[in-house]
Amino acid sequence: MSVPKLSKMPILELQNVGKTYQIDSQNLQILKGINLEVKKGDFIVIMGPSGSGKSTLMNIMGCLDTPTSGKVIFENRDVSKLSETELAQIRNQKVGFVFQTFNLIPRTTALANVELPLIYKGIPAAERTALAKKVLEQFGLSPRIFHFPNQLSGGEQQRVAISRALVTQPLIILADEPTGNLDSKTGEEIIKIFQDLNKAGNTIILVTHDKDIAAHAKKIIKIHDGEIV
Amino acid sequence: MEKLFETFKLAIITLRANKLRSLLTMLGIIIGVSSVILLISIGSGLKGYITGQLQGLGSNSLYVVPGNLELKPGGGGSGGTPGAGTASLKFTLAQYHELIQKGITFQAVMGYSENNGTVSYAGKSNTLQVAGVGYQYPEVRNQYPIQGTFFNATQQEAGKKVIVLGKTVADNLFGNEDPTGKKITLSDNKFTVLGVLEKKGAFGSVDMDNQVFIPFTTAMTTFDVDRVQSFWIQAKDNIPLDQVKAEIKKILLRTLKQDDFSVLDTGSIISVISQVLGVLTIALAGIAAISLIVGGIGIMNIMLVSVTERTKEIGLRKAVGATPKIIMIQFLIESTVISVAGGIIGIILGAGGSLAMKSFLPTSVSFWSILLAFSVSVIIGVVFGVLPAGRAARLNPIQALRYE
Repeated sequence: MSVPKLSKMPILELQNVGKTYQIDSQNLQILKGINLEVKKGDFIVIMGPSGSGKSTLMNIMGCLDTPTSGKVIFENRDVSKLSETELAQIRNQKVGFVFQTFNLIPRTTALANVELPLIYKGIPAAERTALAKKVLEQFGLSPRIFHFPNQLSGGEQQRVAISRALVTQPLIILADEPTGNLDSKTGEEIIKIFQDLNKAGNTIILVTHDKDIAAHAKKIIKIHDGEIV
Repeated sequence: MEKLFETFKLAIITLRANKLRSLLTMLGIIIGVSSVILLISIGSGLKGYITGQLQGLGSNSLYVVPGNLELKPGGGGSGGTPGAGTASLKFTLAQYHELIQKGITFQAVMGYSENNGTVSYAGKSNTLQVAGVGYQYPEVRNQYPIQGTFFNATQQEAGKKVIVLGKTVADNLFGNEDPTGKKITLSDNKFTVLGVLEKKGAFGSVDMDNQVFIPFTTAMTTFDVDRVQSFWIQAKDNIPLDQVKAEIKKILLRTLKQDDFSVLDTGSIISVISQVLGVLTIALAGIAAISLIVGGIGIMNIMLVSVTERTKEIGLRKAVGATPKIIMIQFLIESTVISVAGGIIGIILGAGGSLAMKSFLPTSVSFWSILLAFSVSVIIGVVFGVLPAGRAARLNPIQALRYE
């Protein structure tokens, strides 16, 4: 019996995952029998038309949602039956989200936005600020740390959002159409950032319908009507 | 702990970002708390003042008034002395003399009456209270003449037309002139002014120095009544009031029936007045407290709006790891900060208002009313914050993130 190498152990494993919503007493099956493995250092792109269930899949992978059937194994632990509080802790410590609409908190500085996950992690103020500043500096945002989201360009806002996702050093980074609200040039810059992050050893899962972006991926998952095709 | 502190800081930042809204939301609490503080301060101030005044009459004073006067709110009589009505006057001069002769526990026995009359001198006139008192009045009341003398026992016995003026009366009628020995007119009778009593000050809005004093015997003839309105008896020092009361009753029961008279002491009068004022204060404060509930509903309303407005923010916070509990605490702290800040402003305004009223009303802000107002505002913040905070905590993160 050979012991699998640690780096090749899946961080995240979806086993026969299904998700059904009940809308007006009708069962609507969004996901059916999804099997998926995410290993450390993966760069996975999930593609599919709108309504195909790719966002729901992302939410389940990011522990924002739980499946109605099947298992989600996060670091050898079944998280599909956890309580909301336990899921929140996993999201806080193991997952970094990047959204299409950035989702920065308005009237709150870039620095404070990046510090947010660390507050919920219970990191003391001084250490928190140092960590957040370091990540922001990495993306060339040092002169911008005390600016409010509405004083930043779209590209800058997304870089702040990426900083926020990275600051807790998560196991996986989930990005849901991160370039959807950006012009193509800025979009390329953001994709470059994800590529660099992946090269540095980060695990990235990215949802998009842009084929050019998909070209950068190590692995492409196409999803249609709730099934991997 | 770290999280709690950050959450508290966050609440302050959020409230400061919406200054006008926060202030308007506080308004209900501010009005409620300040009026509760103010009303309680007026109530307790008045109570303290009246009690003090009555104690000034002497804690060893007893009043014998006509009628069976069960002491209850609304009992009393006119002015400071109960039972001064004329309908059922029972006491005679003979009883006065019996009290003096047989009583061994009495320091002083005075007849006492209150009538309204008009005094005039050199074209100036003044309508005021005419007190018919005994010659011992200065010692009993601890108020002595500053000019001239008080009348003596002989003058009282003879029913002489002599009069002693309160300070205000003397100032009004005579100005800088020395009134001693002058003749003034009271109810068509000429009275000789014997002296002027020292200032005693105002009793609430009633000027205690705007009255004149004549022998109660003289008052009987002047106001044409053949009975004595009431007796004012001062007990000897160190004799229990109950014993004095018993002796008064024993003497009077020879000629009167049980139901014909009542013996009151300052203590029982004070307890009745405190009771009445206490009930009144609580009733008024209770009415004012209704606005606290209205204020609480205002807070709940604005917090619900705030939760809806910040749905997306709540979703994001949950996505980056906020537990339902911490979201709940965040909104509870916000509502509590609003209501406590309102409470503190209300306490300051109420106490300030009470200080401002001090010049014409004896108010006193009690520590317990501040404590009460503060804890009530904390409770309101928490109670009316629970519904909005619970709603925020239960928000589904995915739907919240999608909310536009």
